[in-house]
Amino acid sequence: MATVAAVIASTHHPFYYRASTSTSAGRPPFADEWVAKIDAFRETLTRARPDVLVMVGSDHFHQLWLDNMPQFLVGKAPFYDANYYNEEREFGLPRMFLRGIDLAFSNELRIDHSVTCPLITLRPEADLPIVPIYTNIFAPPLPQPRRFVELGKIIRQLVEAWPSELRVAIIGTGHLSLELGGPRQFGSHGPDPEFDRKAVEWIASGDLKSALAEVSLDSLWLPGNATHGFMDFMLMMGVAGENVAADYVDSLDLFHTMEAYFTWYPEASR
Amino acid sequence: MSKYLVNKFLFTVDRDPELVERYRADPGGTVDWWEAERANVILNLPTGERSTWLTFTEEERQALATHDYPKLFKLGAHNFLTLTLFIAMFERDYDEPLGFQLEYARRLSHFALPYPDIST
Repeated sequence: MATVAAVIASTHHPFYYRASTSTSAGRPPFADEWVAKIDAFRETLTRARPDVLVMVGSDHFHQLWLDNMPQFLVGKAPFYDANYYNEEREFGLPRMFLRGIDLAFSNELRIDHSVTCPLITLRPEADLPIVPIYTNIFAPPLPQPRRFVELGKIIRQLVEAWPSELRVAIIGTGHLSLELGGPRQFGSHGPDPEFDRKAVEWIASGDLKSALAEVSLDSLWLPGNATHGFMDFMLMMGVAGENVAADYVDSLDLFHTMEAYFTWYPEASR
Repeated sequence: MSKYLVNKFLFTVDRDPELVERYRADPGGTVDWWEAERANVILNLPTGERSTWLTFTEEERQALATHDYPKLFKLGAHNFLTLTLFIAMFERDYDEPLGFQLEYARRLSHFALPYPDIST
């Protein structure tokens, strides 16, 4: 059976690529610290020696539209083109070309920055096949938080039941408190540092009970109008397992939003 | 109330570089043209297989035709679509990094929770 070599949850900040590659004049003052944190975070995936990456993210109104919106979607194409004109325009992200797992079907899906950002941070070589899983954290009506957790548990079971010798890293990205297109956007910190503090604690300790007790589709509007992306962190908590503490935890308080990075090694706890 | 159609306008303009420039330069003309020619095109279907019933309300038409993004927020247009397109059109007019984004937040600062519903 396949091995879950690592479970990784993080934010996906679209400005990282530009910040980390910019030189002298345009380089933001926090770039060096950010790059150092990402280098350390990247090592947590590298040391797991993955063969395949299952990548949970969300289409940001690129290919999936309101006339036909899936709540959860699995990509199973042999290849993926990635990043869009408006991501190049706004974030300076490069066009990318990714390899998929070679299944019998050939569908067609273009990937956006929710998947390419963690590739840029964790596996910039982009040399491993991916299985993208998109979740709807974006276009209400949204699935309930508990469904994200349930899907995370199912993904873990599916990978572990896969008759393969491959090592699979399951990676998912979301947001802590975040405001986009609202009055609290682009402040000097995330819109709700108290929520961020609690959320990091829940994720780091695998405290699904508290997260599910406090988080609802309604409550997530309060920390910021794009905070529903936290449900992808809850999905990853489902993958990692209830009350399973992360082996690696780091965060970085940036303008606009807090970055957060978590890695679990399920093999070590067997 | 046709939030879906407002979102469809923002979405289809944002993904087309020529339309982004056209909407910046001529908002009223672009909105009129789009409503007449594009509003009823179903995005995944051949152009002959159109809808027949989608129109803006007068309030929505006005807000789009005047680049009135606080009004779009009030009407429940999707916050991400509005922000992304308006950054594409107006960030270039500000000297400071994030100048437009901060102005955008300031112009919405009279909104308190709960924000207008963006469900469609």
